[in-house]
Amino acid sequence: MMNTNPIGSQEQPHALPVQETVETSPQEAVSRHRTHGVDSASLSAAKEDKTLQDEEICIRVEDLNLFYGEKQALFGVTMQMPKQRVIAYIGPSGCGKSTLLRCINRMNDLVDSVKIQGQVLLDGNNIYHPSVNVADLRRRVGMVFQKPNPFPKSIYENVAYGLRIQGINDRRTLDETVESALRGAALWDEVKDRLNDNALGLSGGQQQRLVIARAIAIEPEVLLLDEPASALDPISTLKIEELIYELKEKYTIVIVTHNMQQAARVSDYTAFLYMGELIEFGATSDLFTNPGKKQTEDYITGRYG
Amino acid sequence: MIREWFKSGSPWIWLNAAAVSTSLILVFGLLAMIAVRGLGHFWPAAVVELAYQEQNGQQQTIIGEISDTEAMSAQRARDAGYQFSDAGDTLLQYLIKTGNRDLTGMDFRWVLAKNILQQDYPREIMVVERREWGNFYGYLAAVKEQGKVVASGPQAWPEAQQRLERVLRIVEQIEDLEKKQIGAINYDLEKLRLKKKRLQLEEQWNSDTEQQLAMEKKAYEKQYAELQTELVDLYSQINRDSLLAKAAGGRELEIPLTKVVRIYQPNAMTLLDKIAHYLGKGWEFLSTDPREANTEGGVFPAIFGTVMMVLIMSVIVTPFGVIAAVYLREYAKQGFVTRLIRIAVNNLAGVPSIVYGVFGLGFFVYILGGNIDHLFFPEALPSPTFGTPGLLWASITLALLTLPVVIVSTEEGLSRIPKSIREGSLALGATKLETLWRTVLPMASPAMMTGLILAVARAAGEVAPLMLVGVVKLAPTLPVDGNFPFLHLDRKFMHLGFHIYDVGFQSPNVEAARPLVYATSLLLVAVIIGLNLAAISIRNRLREKYRSLEN
Repeated sequence: MMNTNPIGSQEQPHALPVQETVETSPQEAVSRHRTHGVDSASLSAAKEDKTLQDEEICIRVEDLNLFYGEKQALFGVTMQMPKQRVIAYIGPSGCGKSTLLRCINRMNDLVDSVKIQGQVLLDGNNIYHPSVNVADLRRRVGMVFQKPNPFPKSIYENVAYGLRIQGINDRRTLDETVESALRGAALWDEVKDRLNDNALGLSGGQQQRLVIARAIAIEPEVLLLDEPASALDPISTLKIEELIYELKEKYTIVIVTHNMQQAARVSDYTAFLYMGELIEFGATSDLFTNPGKKQTEDYITGRYG
Repeated sequence: MIREWFKSGSPWIWLNAAAVSTSLILVFGLLAMIAVRGLGHFWPAAVVELAYQEQNGQQQTIIGEISDTEAMSAQRARDAGYQFSDAGDTLLQYLIKTGNRDLTGMDFRWVLAKNILQQDYPREIMVVERREWGNFYGYLAAVKEQGKVVASGPQAWPEAQQRLERVLRIVEQIEDLEKKQIGAINYDLEKLRLKKKRLQLEEQWNSDTEQQLAMEKKAYEKQYAELQTELVDLYSQINRDSLLAKAAGGRELEIPLTKVVRIYQPNAMTLLDKIAHYLGKGWEFLSTDPREANTEGGVFPAIFGTVMMVLIMSVIVTPFGVIAAVYLREYAKQGFVTRLIRIAVNNLAGVPSIVYGVFGLGFFVYILGGNIDHLFFPEALPSPTFGTPGLLWASITLALLTLPVVIVSTEEGLSRIPKSIREGSLALGATKLETLWRTVLPMASPAMMTGLILAVARAAGEVAPLMLVGVVKLAPTLPVDGNFPFLHLDRKFMHLGFHIYDVGFQSPNVEAARPLVYATSLLLVAVIIGLNLAAISIRNRLREKYRSLEN
């Protein structure tokens, strides 16, 4: 197997220019995706084809090797993730999707035995440089986990948590940020009358959106979503997907998902990982309609995984 | 058939139920026994007057309360030298509390039921609770003022009650004067003396300071003299009246009213009177100082000391235990060393408490306290300030004793906080400290409270180490009073647990003190339950607030 994967070399550059998709309202677009699942028609209808060469790159992963103790979990991953796009990681369980995701905000640092080689550049700066303040980095790279994990505090305090950490205690600033974050996470209308209730009283889908609100309240540049909808019912999943669609206007979003339909519906770019290696990375429409590698094709057609 | 029954699991359920019910019966039986024996002590028992024939044939009157009944086998009675004609198997005998220790030299005596010739409950029998010599049982003959009879016969009783009320009021004034006002002046004079010594030690003692101190001292002494004359006046007033009482057998006794706490005629009391008397006695038990080598009066200083010590211990042990647990669980690299520390901590919980007492005396009192005295209180030497057992050292010793409990339960609480919550906080840009402080510790607070509850339960019941590091039989002053700095951690204090031991085993009058042992035990249990309930209610509130651990 190859250790590095020169991005873009396997794909034919598409002729269409890059433009923002503003032709439909997000709700309509997503609902159309939902009904169609993975099919090329919906893919091309929802997104315009883009090429990496034309994008402004936000995160650059360079030859990243990661070891848990003796065991190597990532093998020379190299990829470039463009700004204000949704990048999906797909692959079978244990292939290193979440590990790779957690490298972007250094969550892997919390594991005692972890060893990392290579670089991850955020806006051109290596986040593994010794001078990097990890707390600051995580402020810039927000993360939402598989299971909703609101703090056992009020809804308001959950959203204000990140701000309070930064020492912002001015009531008016907090009020405004909490409201805009909750609106941003499409939760405001549901909770505006009970901001002081315990967040644990919300439903699972609401909790997940609250966690997203909490993450966007501190206005990160990148939002990492680690299987954000896997513990939710279909309706909540739909809401989260709609939300992702809206959020990409402001944030670069990296999402790990088990669900290929979801990847096809929400992402602009998709990376397929297998056994800790990046097999293929490219525009979602290309990857699903015209996979460049046999392994990718086998996976998305359901032959393994 | 039997096999089926075994398989069905019902024997197992029966076994479990039996174990639970046995424990419940034991606990409630214990509490009920303590409660009955302890609470009955304050009830005004009927006083009996017996015409009794002694072994030598002499006839005699006995007045007292029947406090116990026992059946003695005939054989034992013969061995004990009793002579009797009929050949019964057992003899009934009563233990009578006769009081009047100053007259007869004993409080209690056994009488044989069959030698009782006549048994009466005259309404006029009077019980006098005295400050010395225990209770007096007998009749009121007259009331005297300055040695002259002012009332006798039926008028004597209301007169005596009236005059007693006056005396009790004056006694209260005297106590206030002696304990609070004169006590405060003595405290200030002592401080002045120490100030002088300190100035001398620091070689700043000159005519200026000398003059100043002398002036202050003069002011205090003037105040003292004023109070002293007031006191003398009160004493002369209080000594005015006395009771003339007639004991069983016709002996007369003059009892000064100063020595009287309470007089009552139990046989003439209605149920309501008795209830009022009972509540009064109960309140006295809870709220006043002990009298007569702790066998009479109240246990307030002991309650106060117990609660005070437990509170100070909690204040010391909680932060210590929590900080240690946080380090062990959150910061220390898990491995051989942390495992070793955990084993050591757990073993610490198994060390006998008296060993802690010895350690507390050797290390805290003599080494730490001794050095503190040399550094901060050199003027008081050679008499020690902190270099002697006291409230602070007792609290610290018990904090050490209960530290393992707090560490273990806090650690457990910390390990139960889901990883996802910590990651959620870290992912928002919080540092580890901020995550701990804002999220993890609040969520672990119910577990800390559980540790504290266990610590309080253990500390409040501990006696052995306290005897070495600060508890005394009778403390002249409470550890909290009106003199600056109000909380005196260097003072010795009283403790309910030690009080039980003292009354039960060290008392000059064991028979009289026995009900007090039960009453004090009940009170100790109540104090511990009260402290625990307070902690439990705080914990439940915290749990309600942070109930998230289930997902």
